[in-house]
Order: sequence, then structure tokens, then C-alpha cells
Amino acid sequence: MRAFLKELTRSQVWRSIFRHGLPLSNRTRAEAVFYNFFLHLHPTKVRKRSIKYTYTWGLGGLSAGLFIVLVLTGALLMLYYRPSVQQAYNDMKDLQFVVSSGQFLRNMHRWGAHAMVAIVFLHMMRVFYTGSYRPPKEFNWVVGVVLFVISILLSYTGYLLPWDQLAYWGISVGTNMVRAVPFGIGENISFVLLGGHAVGENALVRFYVLHCFILPVSAVLFMGIHFWRVRKDGGV
Amino acid sequence: MTADFRLEKNSDAKKVPRRLAFIKGRTAARVKKSDEEMVMTVPHLVVREAIAFMVMVIVLATLSLVFNAPLEWVANPGHTPNPAKAPWYFLGLQELLHYFPPVVAGVVLPTLVVLALVAIPYFQVNVKLEGLWKENRRVTLLALVGGASVLAIVLLAYKVYAMLVPTVFVLGCMLLPYFLRRETGVIAWLGRRPLTWWIMTWFVIIVLVLTAIGILFRGPEWSWTWPWKEIY
Repeated sequence: MRAFLKELTRSQVWRSIFRHGLPLSNRTRAEAVFYNFFLHLHPTKVRKRSIKYTYTWGLGGLSAGLFIVLVLTGALLMLYYRPSVQQAYNDMKDLQFVVSSGQFLRNMHRWGAHAMVAIVFLHMMRVFYTGSYRPPKEFNWVVGVVLFVISILLSYTGYLLPWDQLAYWGISVGTNMVRAVPFGIGENISFVLLGGHAVGENALVRFYVLHCFILPVSAVLFMGIHFWRVRKDGGV
Repeated sequence: MTADFRLEKNSDAKKVPRRLAFIKGRTAARVKKSDEEMVMTVPHLVVREAIAFMVMVIVLATLSLVFNAPLEWVANPGHTPNPAKAPWYFLGLQELLHYFPPVVAGVVLPTLVVLALVAIPYFQVNVKLEGLWKENRRVTLLALVGGASVLAIVLLAYKVYAMLVPTVFVLGCMLLPYFLRRETGVIAWLGRRPLTWWIMTWFVIIVLVLTAIGILFRGPEWSWTWPWKEIY
């Protein structure tokens, strides 16, 4: 077995993919981070203090992890869902009773979304209470605030999609709040968001596009900036 | 003690090309060695990340097996549920809407909160993080009591007891170290908290209280209902 592994990690195919052997020495461990697309986000060495569970509580990483879970379950849900007033609710019922594991899929997405809002908020609290917003990380805190707002908007736009009473009136309450912005600006924002004066077909399509394309893409962009800056400022 | 270097004052680039400072003392031009203990990312960090992610997925999957996501009757614009509640993370705001005019609760306060969050790292007082009572104890006391009184009067005028009670509680905790000077223990620890810490803690408590009231204690017509009777 050992001999086989040794042969395997020396083979041309393995080397063409990983460029180094198994991470058994500090040199190959460093290479494992350095030459890996996913791990190159991290430095090859980190402070022992900053990877303690009880320092970060893993909250930033968990937010990113939840985002991955939500993208995967969300993509699967998109296969069964049509954003139209006629179809949306029936598709929810199909997910519940017809699609294999449809209810489970929807549960994962729903609870994951709630958890994400809470965990991103907790992450923000952790960063505040450890004073991790101080220079040179001021602007990354601002990027974090933007990501928090995007998380809430993602959760909120997804809230309308089931097109049940909970969704319809939850969104109506929210968009009525937007209308309170003075000088007619609120009316305009609400009109752009809903594609009309009330929550209807246009609103459903707009929330769908925001939820499945515009907001996730913005989130990925800002996450990229966030992680890149964490790394540049000497974090993990 | 003399400085180890002095700045080159001549700004003529021809006479002093690329020279910024003379090093006089025995300061070597090298980065100070960090006394922080370092570990390899592989395996220490990567394994921790993998464990955290897997535990999270297991917890989420278990929750999803036990609890079903809610799905009510199909949307009916003609039938308003009573009460019509927003998602839980907006119930703090909806609770504010119950007390203040819509412009204040729905626009001014949320905007102020986001702006305040953005501004945190740009105030020197938030960067230094010195204890609230470290200097000018008298002035601090007057400013604190004055500011809190104004806030309390506004809250009383609008009958926002849900914010008034936590505000008075936090103010009490802030004032404790002023009147009871201790070297060790909880009061001493409170005394070392900076102003920023107090403001954020006050904000978090208010958010939690308002959201909890919105989720658990509000029923038809946004009236007060006890959660053990019914949760709407």
C-alpha cells in the first residue's frame, strides 16, 4: 500500500495535477497550500492563536460554508420551480409531495438561509468584540457590512418565491416600509422593486432574478474582495 | 534617548536620490521576528475548516429531517392575515414601526444603523479602545447621564418601554464602576470596557429584545400576547 502510494504520487498524472507529493513534510505541506487553487486563499502558515475555535468560532468560514450549501440546494430547487403566479405555488406543492427528497431539499435551503442571516450577524459581532475592524482592516469591515446587507436581501427576496400567504404578506409589509422614504423616492424604489404598485407577477419575476442571479453574483464578488483583503492584511 | 534614524530633509532629488533617512544606531534593516506561535495551514487550519463544515452540514441536515419549512395557503391579496408579520430578522424593525412614524422606523433608524456600522473603524476612539472611565471621569459622567436622559425622555414620550428598560439597564452597568471602584471582579471588568463596546452592546441588546418581542409577543393588531397562550 505504502509502496503503491509512493508510486502513485510520483506518477506523471499525479504530478500534473498536484505538483507535489503527500503532505508529510513541512515542505510538501506548504506546497499543498501554495499550489492549490482552493487553498491558495490561505497562507502556508497561520498564527496558532487565530485558528483557535474559541477565537473566531469559525463563524466567517461557516457563513461561506452555508453559502455553498445554499447555492447547491438552490440550484437543485431551480430545476423544479417556475416564477409565475400560476405555477409557483403548485411547484412548491410538487416539491412537497411529488419530487423525491423535494421537501428535504427545500428544508435545507430554508433553514440554511435563516442560519446564514444569524451566523453572518454573529460573525460581525465576533469581529467587533475582538476589535478586528481596526487598521489596516477598516475597509474590510465595510465590505463585511455590505455582505451582511446582501445576506439579508438574499434571504428576503427568497421569502417571496413560495407564493404562499406567509411570502405574500411578509413581502407586502416590507415593501410598505420602503414606501415610507420621503419625497416620493420610496414610491419609486418600491415601484422598481415590484414592477408595479402591488406585489404581483412582475414582483415575483424581479425577486426571482434578484434572488437567483443579481444578489448571489454580487455576494460572490464581495466575498472575493473580503477574503482577499483578509489574507492581504495578515489573516487566515 | 536619541532616535535611531533622522529624516533626510533635503528634497532635491538630484542631490539626494532615493534617500529617505540616515540610520544612525544599530538598527538592522530587517523585519522583527514575530513571537507568535505559527502552525502549518495543512493540516491544522484545513482540518479544522473541514470539521466545522461537516458538523454544520450534519446539524442542518438533521434539522431539515425533523422540521419542515412552512408552507401556508396560496397567496391571496384579498385576505390579509392578522397580524401580517415580516420575516423574523425584520421583526425588530416592524416593532419599531409600532412606536414611531414610518419615516423614522422604516427609513431614518435603519439608515443610521448601517451608517454607524460602516463608520465604526474610522473613529479614533474605536481604534484606541480605552476604558470608559480612564480619563475625565467627571466630564464622562455628565455627558453620559445627559445623553441618556435625552434618549430616555424621547423613549418615554413615544412609550417605547421595550427600548427604555434595556437602555436604563445598560446605563446602570456603565455607571457601576464609577460609584463602586474595584480592582478585580465583574465591576472592574465593566470599568475597563471602552465606549464603543458599550454602544455596540446596547445596540445588540435592543435588537435582540425588539426582535424577540416581534417574534413571540405580538398578536392580532400588533397587540401584546403571551407566547405560552399563542405564537402568531
